[in-house]
Amino acid sequence: MNVAFSATGSDLNSDLDQRFGRAKQFILVDSETNAATILENTQNMNAAQGAGIQAAQNVINAGADAVVTGNCGPKAFEVLQAAGVKIYHSRESSVGEALKAILNGDLQEADSANVESHWS
Amino acid sequence: MKELIVISGKGGTGKTSLSAAFCHLAHSSVCADCDVDAADLHLILNPQIEQSHTFSSGHEAIIRQEACTACGLCEKYCTFDAISQDENGAFHVDAYACEGCKVCVEFCPAQAIDFPEAECGVWHTSTTRFGSMVHARLHIGAENSGKLVSLIRREARAMAEAENAELVIVDGPPGIGCPVIASITGADGVLIVTEPSVSGAHDFERVAQLCAHFNIPAYLCINKYDINPDLGDSICAEAARYEIPALGKIHFDPAFTAAQIQCQCVTEYTSPGAGAETIAAQVRKLWNTLEKRINI
Amino acid sequence: MPETQKEHSCAPFTLAIASGKGGTGKTTLATALAEAAGMAVTLRDCDVEEPNAHLFVQPQWSRHSEQNRPVPLIDTQLCSACGKCAELCQFNAIAVAGGRAMVFAELCHSCQGCRRICPEGAISDKNMPMGSLDCGVQLKNPAAPINFISGKLAIGQVMAPPLIRAVKNVGAGEALNILDCPPGTSCPMITAVRGSDFVILVTEPTPFGLNDLELAVETVRQLELPFGVVINRSDTGNSEVRNYCRDNAINIALEIPWERSIAEAYSRGDSLCNASPVLKEKLHTMLQHIMQREESA
Repeated sequence: MNVAFSATGSDLNSDLDQRFGRAKQFILVDSETNAATILENTQNMNAAQGAGIQAAQNVINAGADAVVTGNCGPKAFEVLQAAGVKIYHSRESSVGEALKAILNGDLQEADSANVESHWS
Repeated sequence: MKELIVISGKGGTGKTSLSAAFCHLAHSSVCADCDVDAADLHLILNPQIEQSHTFSSGHEAIIRQEACTACGLCEKYCTFDAISQDENGAFHVDAYACEGCKVCVEFCPAQAIDFPEAECGVWHTSTTRFGSMVHARLHIGAENSGKLVSLIRREARAMAEAENAELVIVDGPPGIGCPVIASITGADGVLIVTEPSVSGAHDFERVAQLCAHFNIPAYLCINKYDINPDLGDSICAEAARYEIPALGKIHFDPAFTAAQIQCQCVTEYTSPGAGAETIAAQVRKLWNTLEKRINI
Repeated sequence: MPETQKEHSCAPFTLAIASGKGGTGKTTLATALAEAAGMAVTLRDCDVEEPNAHLFVQPQWSRHSEQNRPVPLIDTQLCSACGKCAELCQFNAIAVAGGRAMVFAELCHSCQGCRRICPEGAISDKNMPMGSLDCGVQLKNPAAPINFISGKLAIGQVMAPPLIRAVKNVGAGEALNILDCPPGTSCPMITAVRGSDFVILVTEPTPFGLNDLELAVETVRQLELPFGVVINRSDTGNSEVRNYCRDNAINIALEIPWERSIAEAYSRGDSLCNASPVLKEKLHTMLQHIMQREESA
């Protein structure tokens, strides 16, 4: 499956960005081939409002089946859920560690947003 | 690292004066001026600017006159009355009224409308005698969505992490709209500064509801308390209904203004006579109580 | 009919009371001017986030109306999930995912773009409450009633300008319209002051007051509105505001010294005109000057 990780940098050693909507970028990893592509998210860092919604749309359009992030607000959650994208929360510090965790089945699928809207 | 936001609902209650004093009294802090519409904190803190950045938010529509056929569709479609015709029959977008919705751009039959990013303001990272500071200035008429407020808070938090500071102190905006919401969400504590007047009481109620709506721990300080102690006490009682403890009652004193004129905060300012000392002591006491409440 | 009223044209004269800084005395001045006018007045409280004028005017309320603005309502039968609406929306108020369109009404700016662009005609308007308008009248002086209109933004609602426009537009108004404006110089203040015949900028003689006055002056100059300054608590602070006005050829229409009795009256919500008849006279004169000068200009 295609997993999108919110990331502060462009490779697997980068920190997992704890924010979904205003993450710097996403690293999209195909769990079968390990191929990784970068999905820029800068327009959302600058969005006045609705950054989470826009990020969710971008990630969906890029073909993600799952998202791994730190915190995800209710609007982004709703959009991802509508598209059938699974959301996982991870406290791992790097994208690489979060990838290992999801492949090992260590991450729990989220059934709701875990932060208030307007968060940061 | 904790984040404390100072807001007021009503303007002119002493929010910025107190924020400055807290920056003085805190052991290790970064301060952020999120009152981007009418920023005043720099007048006391006297920041030395290290880096400046432009801030863009949204877009604005600009009609290319040479391509415009003056069909008037844009004026008809604009729901913000931002487009009008001048005496020569040319159509123009009023930059102050334009909300950047893109409708005119999208529907113009001649594709004659450009849609550049709107530069809304400028923000700075600076040093002060009390530590680092992040502040900004919004341009005239800019939309104040709270985006710049969010940015300043983020930068202040990042600075605090980098410097190992234990606290970010935010001088918040007045009112209850987007900028205030952007300044308080996710905060560890909010101090509401009000005055004992019917206006102060009324606006306090609105701000208390806002904090409750977003589930944020709040505390109350009544400034200029002795102008109307009965009303001051009744605001405290009202606050208790919202589970907002009253942590301070500061008396009215010209020292607040006198300190400001000297570019000092009230806890730095000294003058002959008991007034300045009493105020400084009251503010220190408020700070000590607040520190314990937010656990730093 | 009072002499002053005969001289005025039929179009109402709109006087906006604004400031850069909050807490300088806008509402105090606006309500006192309404009482000192000596003629029928419509007082509009445009500070919809924190409306306070009613506390001083104490009108007899006559009408309350919930104010709405349109947000998109999507007919799921007609929607083809083409995504054009989401692509156009600059505010991320619509998302298209999983074959359906979702609306996030609180982000919507009511621009009607989505409704216009939908190729299936699947979007119509739905009313979203943004706040309320309250109307009333104060008849302390029956020869000079104060018609009062106040707007109140609902808690958590993000946009003030649509409600401010409603406050300004409702009812024909009297010959004199006084607008109690929001503080600051961003969108809400500009929405309130634009189109006024004259703006009074209220300030205080302190560094904060001066800093914010400069911003407010820049704003009204950009909007090309005639303006003057009132200095409140004028005998406190320092002389920088006065110097700034003098150096920039800005008319100081009135200076109001600080008096504890006035501060206490204000704190109780008492009428400034009752607390100081001398001030009432000065306000009346200032108002006459402003209206006569602008109408002859």
